[in-house]
Amino acid sequence: MLKSKTFVKKTRSGGVMKIVREHYLRDDIWCGTEGCVECKQEETVLQKDVHIESNLCSFPHYLLPDTNVVLSQIDILEDPLIKNVIILQTVLQEVRHRSAPIYKRLKDILHDKEKHFYTFTNEHHRDTFIEREPGESANDRNDRAIRVSAKWYSDHLKKALSEEEIQIVLLTNDRGNKEKAVESGLLTYKCEEYVKSLIANPELVDRLALTDDDKNEITSSKVLFPEHLPLSRIQAGIKSGAFQQGTFRASRDNYLEATVFVHGEGDQSTEVLIQGLQNLNRSVHQDLVAVEILPQNQWVAPSSVVLQDEGPKEDDATEEVEAEKTLKSAAGGAESRKPTGRVVGIIKRNWRPFCGMLFLSQIKEATRHLFTPADRRIPRIRVETRQAATLAGQRIMVAIDGWPKHSRYPNGHFVRSLGCAGDKDTETEVLLLEHDVPHQDFSQTVLSFLPKMPWSITEEDMAVREDLRHLTVCSVDPPGCTDIDDALHCRDLPNGNQEVGVHIADVSHFIRPGNALDQEAANRGTTVYLTGKRIDMVPELLSSNLCSLRCNVERLAFSCIWEINDKAEIVKTRFTKSVINSKASLTYAEAQMRIDDTNMNDEITKSLRGLNSLAKILKRQRIEKGALTLSSPEVRFHIDSETHDPIDLQTKELKETNSMVEEFMLLANISVAQKIYDEFSECALLRKHPAPPPSNYDILNTAAKSKDLVIHTDTAKALADSLDAAQVDGFPYFNTLLRILATRCMMQAVYFCSGMDSDFHHYGLASPIYTHFTSPIRRYSDIIVHRLLAVAIGADSTYPDLMDKHKQSALCNNLNYRHKMAQYAQRASVAFHTQLFFKNRGIMNEEGFILFVRKNAIIILIPKFGMEGTVFFENKNKPSPKLTFNQEATTLTVEGHTFNMFDKVKVTISLDASNIQHQKIRMSLVEPVILGVSVAPSEDNQPKAKKAKLDG
Amino acid sequence: MAGLELLSDQGYRLDGRKATELRKVQARMGVFAQADGSAYIEQGNTKALAVVYGPHEVRGSRSRTLNDRAVINCQYSMATFSTSERKRRPHGDRKSTEMSLHLKQTFEAAVLTNLYPRSQIDIYVKILQSDGGNYSAGVNAATLAVIDAGIPLRDYVCACTAGFVDETPLTDLCHAEESGGGTSLAMALLPRGGHIALLQMDARLHQDHLETLMEAAMTACKSISKVLDQVVRQHLQEVSALTGE
Ligand SMILES: [Zn+2]
Repeated sequence: MLKSKTFVKKTRSGGVMKIVREHYLRDDIWCGTEGCVECKQEETVLQKDVHIESNLCSFPHYLLPDTNVVLSQIDILEDPLIKNVIILQTVLQEVRHRSAPIYKRLKDILHDKEKHFYTFTNEHHRDTFIEREPGESANDRNDRAIRVSAKWYSDHLKKALSEEEIQIVLLTNDRGNKEKAVESGLLTYKCEEYVKSLIANPELVDRLALTDDDKNEITSSKVLFPEHLPLSRIQAGIKSGAFQQGTFRASRDNYLEATVFVHGEGDQSTEVLIQGLQNLNRSVHQDLVAVEILPQNQWVAPSSVVLQDEGPKEDDATEEVEAEKTLKSAAGGAESRKPTGRVVGIIKRNWRPFCGMLFLSQIKEATRHLFTPADRRIPRIRVETRQAATLAGQRIMVAIDGWPKHSRYPNGHFVRSLGCAGDKDTETEVLLLEHDVPHQDFSQTVLSFLPKMPWSITEEDMAVREDLRHLTVCSVDPPGCTDIDDALHCRDLPNGNQEVGVHIADVSHFIRPGNALDQEAANRGTTVYLTGKRIDMVPELLSSNLCSLRCNVERLAFSCIWEINDKAEIVKTRFTKSVINSKASLTYAEAQMRIDDTNMNDEITKSLRGLNSLAKILKRQRIEKGALTLSSPEVRFHIDSETHDPIDLQTKELKETNSMVEEFMLLANISVAQKIYDEFSECALLRKHPAPPPSNYDILNTAAKSKDLVIHTDTAKALADSLDAAQVDGFPYFNTLLRILATRCMMQAVYFCSGMDSDFHHYGLASPIYTHFTSPIRRYSDIIVHRLLAVAIGADSTYPDLMDKHKQSALCNNLNYRHKMAQYAQRASVAFHTQLFFKNRGIMNEEGFILFVRKNAIIILIPKFGMEGTVFFENKNKPSPKLTFNQEATTLTVEGHTFNMFDKVKVTISLDASNIQHQKIRMSLVEPVILGVSVAPSEDNQPKAKKAKLDG
Repeated sequence: MAGLELLSDQGYRLDGRKATELRKVQARMGVFAQADGSAYIEQGNTKALAVVYGPHEVRGSRSRTLNDRAVINCQYSMATFSTSERKRRPHGDRKSTEMSLHLKQTFEAAVLTNLYPRSQIDIYVKILQSDGGNYSAGVNAATLAVIDAGIPLRDYVCACTAGFVDETPLTDLCHAEESGGGTSLAMALLPRGGHIALLQMDARLHQDHLETLMEAAMTACKSISKVLDQVVRQHLQEVSALTGE
């Protein structure tokens, strides 16, 4: 039926280019209220019985917040207490336009059935649509639209509800808006007033964001900072070249210093140094700011001093002046001066909720306290809370609300508590939050896209898939692995060749493009493995059950099958969606045992042997082509099964079977990369590893020179060969150390879209093309690759975003970011567990090697634990020893003893817990003995004999 | 945040329509007296004018003459003022040539050409304002113009576009939806017999989805045919009232 006849047609125009769009108004948009007799709706969202106790509104009511309330008080709206809220389309659109993260949070609330949030499409409703009046600003028009809708709702509910009367409460913080609303007879409160009136939950008040009115009360009237320029002037300034636009990066060590990273055209990026509070002008790490470069005679050099904001100070600038003086005196000579500037305005704030701890005000009964974020680059934040006593000693989250020009610190509000500081769960939470790892439980919306249980393979599935259940497929993984995404098989073919299959969990069968589950996985990007904890990219039902290729169950797979001759050359490659039934889930050790045990001759073992011998040839060929085998020590903790505390820690050991599996995964990834690139030259998702610039190798070269060796770094092949040749008699660990250093020289491998780049080379693997196909359970990139491959072989359908190289490129950026952050989080987790380990051990004596030599310290690697630590030769409380640093030879002479790279030393290791937020491992020198520098070895000499715990 | 939300969670499109609703259609026939047939149509903000001359003797080179049926000559063009950016559109640019060809194919399938051997029918379509679905508006206008010219057709030729967003087919796409990425399928249908005169799509789509998309487009075409039918009947009434029959 053609419905358009019943609509009144309006057009709206705007923008520089005139855009005319149709705007249909409807009479079939319902109010969403339970028990409404006027609306012909099938489903209702807003409840008939509303229970929320408030001093101000003792009657049942629905809340209707305006845009600013949603933007600033999303923490309040998320609270389970707040239910039955009407979100207008006007508000939703404005929020979407102004803040992507808050929009996402709002959407999550709207999807949550428990919250009873209803979206009212007021812009298309015949009675609530309003046109912008001449001279009215867009904001005023939207405010009016909100009032009109609120009015409509309250009139509608009066008419439409037979028994009970439910009122509409408009929440707005805008005074003008409120006055007008009251004039038109609407019940209107400021968000703050309303929240304070709630009887049930007084803590909610702490989560209120501060609004402009309150800020004035808090801070002194003295203006501490220059005014920020309005956006229009900033834009004009950037256009004329007077200002530069860039990302603000606060220094980790010096709170009075920062750099602004100005993106130029192409590779022309510059860094502008900013020094001093006035010049920093209330910028927070990661903000997008506009800077003005100072005249050249005011340029300064980056200082090398460490300055921590010692607070809590009231808004008193005198101490800062002192600190800034120190800064100036510490500055280096004229030759090291850098372009220096000052921040004139903020283009975009990049504030997120920050983790940290509260430092209580000395004044008793005070409700305003300073919050110290865990990230040193973030300034302290002033918060108001009544629960300070409870929160002291806890890790909490705080969001910044604003930074007025007369306040030394930004103002913020308490978001939530994470738990006791030092607690394992709390600290894990902190490191996840600080590394921006999405780790909340999957929302109901996401879970709703999971297959319904009990799940089984249907006949339709079988019809479009190859039945490979008869093959002797098995999987080889680390012990305790529950998310098995790959399995292998190998069998002899009648023609003497071998058939090898790599079977990968068919995750893209379960995760369909564009739905909430897919979006969540795309956002998470990767599963994050922390010590003793895993943060899944996809819900557990998929990761550990339906997609996990466990033995003796039928599973859907995406198979890559080769025919390979005895020289390990690929004769034929094909890809197919399949059904497999793995015959065994083995660990690396078990697989190794089977291969080595000559008595075993079953199908699985034969298959493993076939794979193993092919893998050896493949590996040799790869290394001949110049693939690098670098090493970075990985630490593994033995976790006590009851207390979950680390009881032992050792570096991971690699078996032949590790490299067997790896070899075939590489082969599959390369085959798939080639296939999807052939099919979609513009939008294949690939992975590249750029060759490092020669200067990256400086450190490796100096290191080798110290042992009279030469490392050739012109090509990957030359590097691999010279690394192999680099041996020192009587020092077997030297080669490993050298490889660890070589790893540090490498660039980061990244995902990219083939249509956006021309250099595909993977340096480390010496492959012209590469992608990720083999771990779709834990990497989103692989899901995209699966989808591309499925389209390429006609097994699945495509969708627009898959073929859009710009969207794919944006996705790659997110994936690269998430992978990097996951890596950092992983390291932070290992570091935290190392601290826990040493906390329980007291002081230990260990042997180590010098990895780097610095001006005032040496960095030591402890091979046993695969960990690094720093021995400082300067100490605050002691006179510093005589230090001579030779940059050329990278040696450091301390009181007559010269430290070279790779020297063997003995150190004590202990935990320094003096700063509760930043505990760290402290190393002190034991051997060589240098008077006044080295310490005596710990009495409690060796750790208890390692428990003979099997690695499984 | 980039891009527009083409379909809201509440099921409304940018302009307030639901997924399968069409834009408002308004049409008039016989807008020009000199031509043999003419019509003007508005589908939302897309406005098209079609003019028909013929059947008449084949003009120009005689070699094009067909002995068993009429030659259909189509010319599609866009007015310089048809988009928000004023553009000079040289005659016969690639896009227009392609559209002309599509129109020709469509009407060759619909017009009973065998009734007019050795003659020619000219169909001129001009897009006066463009807001998505130019081809469809052009076809619908041309159908009315052909009827106005009294040339027998097998059936109304009705055209409509359909796209695919969030696994939901959308019909009668406006410009913002067409340029929002994704598939756009244009269909010209002879609704009574369900014959497809033309089907055109320029993005990839899996065949599993093709059927749903085609069904949506067909339903939309049928709705359009009802509107066109009404326009024709009303026009006839007006004309017969004027001539006093
Ligand atoms: Zn109602």
